[in-house]
Amino acid sequence: MTSHLFRFFPTLENRSISVPSGSVADVLRAVNAIAPGFTDYVLDERGALRRHVKLSINDTLVVDRQSLSDRVPEGGTLYIFQALSGG
Amino acid sequence: MSDMILLGTRKGIVIFERSNSSWRPRPIEHAGIPVCYAARDPRDGTLWTSLDHGHWGPKLSRSRDDGATWEDVSSLKYPEGARYIVKYLPTPDFDPDAPVGQPEYKDATVFKIWNIAFGHADQPGRLYAGTIPGGLFVSDDGGDNWELNRPLWNHDSRGGDLFAGDATSENLWNGTPASIDYGVFEPGIHSIVVDPRDARHMHIAVSSAGVLETTDAGETWEGRNRGVTNDYMPNPEAEWGHDPHFVTGCPEQPEHLWQQNHCGVFYSADSARNWKKVSVPDAGVHFGFPIAVDARDGRTAWVVPARADSARMAIDGGLYVARTTDGGQSWQALRSGLPQENAYDIVLRHGLDVAGDRLCFGSTTGNVYLSEDRGDTWHCLGSNLPPVYSVRFG
Repeated sequence: MTSHLFRFFPTLENRSISVPSGSVADVLRAVNAIAPGFTDYVLDERGALRRHVKLSINDTLVVDRQSLSDRVPEGGTLYIFQALSGG
Repeated sequence: MSDMILLGTRKGIVIFERSNSSWRPRPIEHAGIPVCYAARDPRDGTLWTSLDHGHWGPKLSRSRDDGATWEDVSSLKYPEGARYIVKYLPTPDFDPDAPVGQPEYKDATVFKIWNIAFGHADQPGRLYAGTIPGGLFVSDDGGDNWELNRPLWNHDSRGGDLFAGDATSENLWNGTPASIDYGVFEPGIHSIVVDPRDARHMHIAVSSAGVLETTDAGETWEGRNRGVTNDYMPNPEAEWGHDPHFVTGCPEQPEHLWQQNHCGVFYSADSARNWKKVSVPDAGVHFGFPIAVDARDGRTAWVVPARADSARMAIDGGLYVARTTDGGQSWQALRSGLPQENAYDIVLRHGLDVAGDRLCFGSTTGNVYLSEDRGDTWHCLGSNLPPVYSVRFG
C-alpha cells in the first residue's frame, strides 16, 4: 500500500493486513472496516477507483475500475499504488 | 476587525495572527495538501478547510479547537442518481462520434469543494458548500451530514430533473469552464452570498452559467443576469452562459452586490435584479478574479486588476488594488507599498478579503499583502508562501 495513506490511516502502518478473499470491492470494504473512511480516499462516491489510484492483484493490474469485480484469490495480495507528479 | 487571516494555499493552510501590533504566521497545517478554500465560522469559531487532494478526492476538514487538531469530513457526496449533462469544449476529450444534438449524461462525483459559506446567525449548524460539478450542498448539523440542493441541481436551465429521467429542457450552463485544472470543464459554484437580514434569501454564482437567487430558502431559483454582458459569446446578453469570477454582497446593505466577471466589473443596487457594467478598461479596471465590498457601504468595493485575459498577470508589471466609493463611477488605483516593477502576480477569485478597515490579498506567486487603512497603504506579510488560493479574515 502506498505509504501516503498511512498519514490518514496510521492504524494501517507497519502491519500485514489479511482479509477474506473475494472481489476487489470486498477486500477494500474489509480494509475500511479496520480503518473507517479508507474507501472514501481510494474510491469516489460511485464506488469507482479514483483517477490517480491503481490496484494490482499480485502482479496483474486491476482492469475493472468501476465496479471492482476482479477476484482476489485465496493467498493473493492486493497492492494499492498512486500516481505522483507535480511540484 | 479580525486579528486572524486564513490562507488556503497549494501546500496547506497558513494562519496569520496579529499580536502586539505585528502579524505572525503559524506553522503550516495540512502540509503538502492543496487547500483551495479556508475560512472561520464566525458563529462558533470552527475552522474549515477544503482539501483538494489530487489523489484521494476532495474533502473538508474542520478544527473545533482553533487549529490544534483537524478532523476529516468525508460526508459531502453526490447522492445516487445525481447526473448532469456534459458539454465539453472541443478538446482532445471531446468525442467527435457522439450523436450531434443529443445530451450526454454523466454521473456526478465531487471534483472540487470550491467554496464554504456559513448560515444565518439564527441557524446554528447551517453550512453551505459549492462544488464542481455545479452542486450546492447544505448541512444543518455543522457539517456531519450534507444534502444536495435538488431544486438548483434540477433547474430547467440545466436540463431539468435528471434523477427522474432524461432531460426535459436544454442545458444552458455551457459557458466557459470553471477550471481547466486537471481537465475539469464542469460548472463550478464559487460564490455563496447569504442575506444577513433574511436567511431564506441567497445568491450564488456559477462559472459557465451566472448568478442565481432564491428567496424561499432554496426551494426555487431564478437567474439574475440582466445587464451582465458576455462579450465573447454570439449573444452577449444571453440569459445564461456567463462567467462570473466572484460575487459578493454588502452585509449591512445586502441589496448591493458586486461581481468581478470575465468581461468586466458589474454592480447591482437592487439585489441582482439589474446589473450595471462599471469597469473602466482605460483605467485598468476590467479583468481580474476577486472582488470585496465594504461591510457598511454597498457602494465601496475593491478589485485587483489584471491584464486580460490570455495573459492573466499584473498590468504592466505593477501590482495594484483599485477602489471605488461611488458604486463604480470612479476608481482609484492604490499602489503604495505594492511592487511597481517586475511584478507578475495574479490573485485568484477567493484571494482578496476585507474586514473593517483591513484588506488582505494573496497571489499565486506566493506574495501576501495587507492594508490596515482601507487600501491606501500596503505591506507584505510574506513573499515565499506557496501559491495562494484563498484569503479570508477569521
